[in-house]
Amino acid sequence: MHAVTMIDFLSSIGRRLLDLFAIAGRLALFVMSALSHCFRPPFYFRNLLKQFWTIGYNSLPVVGLTAVFTGAVLALQASVGFSKLTAPSAIPMLVVVSMTRELGPVIASLMVAGRVGAAIAAELGTMRVTEQIDALDTLATNPMKYLVVPRVLAGLFMMPLLILVADVVGVMGGFVVSSTILNLNESAYLINTINNLHMKDIVSGLVKAAVFGVIITLLGCFNGYQSKGGAQGVGAATTNAVVYASVLILFFDYFLTELFLNQ
Amino acid sequence: MSTPPSPAPVTLKIKAEGLKKSFGRKVVLNGFEIGVSAAESLVIIGGSGSGKSVFLKCLLGLIKPDAGAILIDGEDMVSGDKTTRERLRRKMGMLFQGGALFDSLTVWENVAFALNEGVGRRRIARAHSREIAIEKLRSVGLAEDVADLSPAELSGGMQKRVALARAIAPDPEILLFDEPTTGLDPIMADTINNLIVSSVQTLGATAVSITHDMASARKIATRIAMLYQGKIIWEGTPAEVENSGDPYVDQFVHGRSEGPIQLQVRAL
Repeated sequence: MHAVTMIDFLSSIGRRLLDLFAIAGRLALFVMSALSHCFRPPFYFRNLLKQFWTIGYNSLPVVGLTAVFTGAVLALQASVGFSKLTAPSAIPMLVVVSMTRELGPVIASLMVAGRVGAAIAAELGTMRVTEQIDALDTLATNPMKYLVVPRVLAGLFMMPLLILVADVVGVMGGFVVSSTILNLNESAYLINTINNLHMKDIVSGLVKAAVFGVIITLLGCFNGYQSKGGAQGVGAATTNAVVYASVLILFFDYFLTELFLNQ
Repeated sequence: MSTPPSPAPVTLKIKAEGLKKSFGRKVVLNGFEIGVSAAESLVIIGGSGSGKSVFLKCLLGLIKPDAGAILIDGEDMVSGDKTTRERLRRKMGMLFQGGALFDSLTVWENVAFALNEGVGRRRIARAHSREIAIEKLRSVGLAEDVADLSPAELSGGMQKRVALARAIAPDPEILLFDEPTTGLDPIMADTINNLIVSSVQTLGATAVSITHDMASARKIATRIAMLYQGKIIWEGTPAEVENSGDPYVDQFVHGRSEGPIQLQVRAL
């Protein structure tokens, strides 16, 4: 009896592991195919502009809201830790450095992963199960070029712009809390912000944003593209797109941070 | 002395040889063979899960069979490279079971899709492709005012008509129909059957349909083939199918639950 349960246990671990390798392999092939299609014509500019709009512009409210509250809460939290003397210079520094380097890119990207990644997976998943992706093939149109490439490029180019907005709005959130609730001097806050605003921090944040943008859109496309089995399959694809993208964002954030700190 | 001229070899438009395909342990196609000559309308009948859809997807090059060849005008879809597959695919138009209309586009953009976006066809001005789309919509009995609607605003029968218009818009040499009457009421099903017959004749196209609707098969077929357990077990004309003498075909055509065909009730 004991032997049977032990074997069941091991085989279930083995199956999971095999599944994981299979997914990793399929993902690697999908990513290579998607990236190679980015450089080969035909290009669908109408689709690209549409995705710039839906992924970029339409994400502004959620990114802005996240950023303003992140900046505000940073200022509020920091006010507890610093003395009256150091607060006027330390709070703006803390807000601007953490927004540009870390919290802007990561928190906004996690929100976008929920909004955009889920939407892409659900749309492509539905197109897959209703044979619309097969129909594209029969109409002499490569679905990778028509559906995947515009979304991935939109992620690559729009995410840094969104994060730039998040950086500005986040600093403004910190400014509003500091000047109203914490009664810090407004001009001193702005001067300290500008003194602590470094090109390297901004650029590292924007590079992170571009990487996260590609991760979000690629995983949304991959999970949607691979989905099968009707409504439940599309649901699973949507969940996986958001979960995988979030985990990979945190994972890549660590390594990119290490890379930039060693520069 | 001259040798008598040998009869010209009958070239088949589509020829499938020894197709095999399995998904895991489930064998779907098992030595599938069929030949379709030009301007013929072949209907493949068979129960659910007999491998009909998989054959159509192999024919389109969307699924790669494990073994065998599919020759279209003498060129192999299975072993051909990507460019060959794309070129062969451009000869074909497909009507999908659920229509598979793009819901992000309007009706006319769906119909004109291959003209606007398709690779390898000459690009034409959108105004001109819209005219062509409206003309194609008329040929399937739809008025101009549906052109700017979204597919979601149409009934199931109208969606089928739009999907048919989209399939015939690039004037393909081969038309494929995946269960064209499924989910339609008998009158709409008959209308779609008539449209299929007329559009195949107008184009002079070769047609391959799969269905389990016998009324539809009788109407659109010039030849009927029965698929059972991954193989073609019977071929004949629509007249012959009524009295085929084959117990499998008889059971299917007359829709009896008793007979040699056992419904699959266990997962493989």
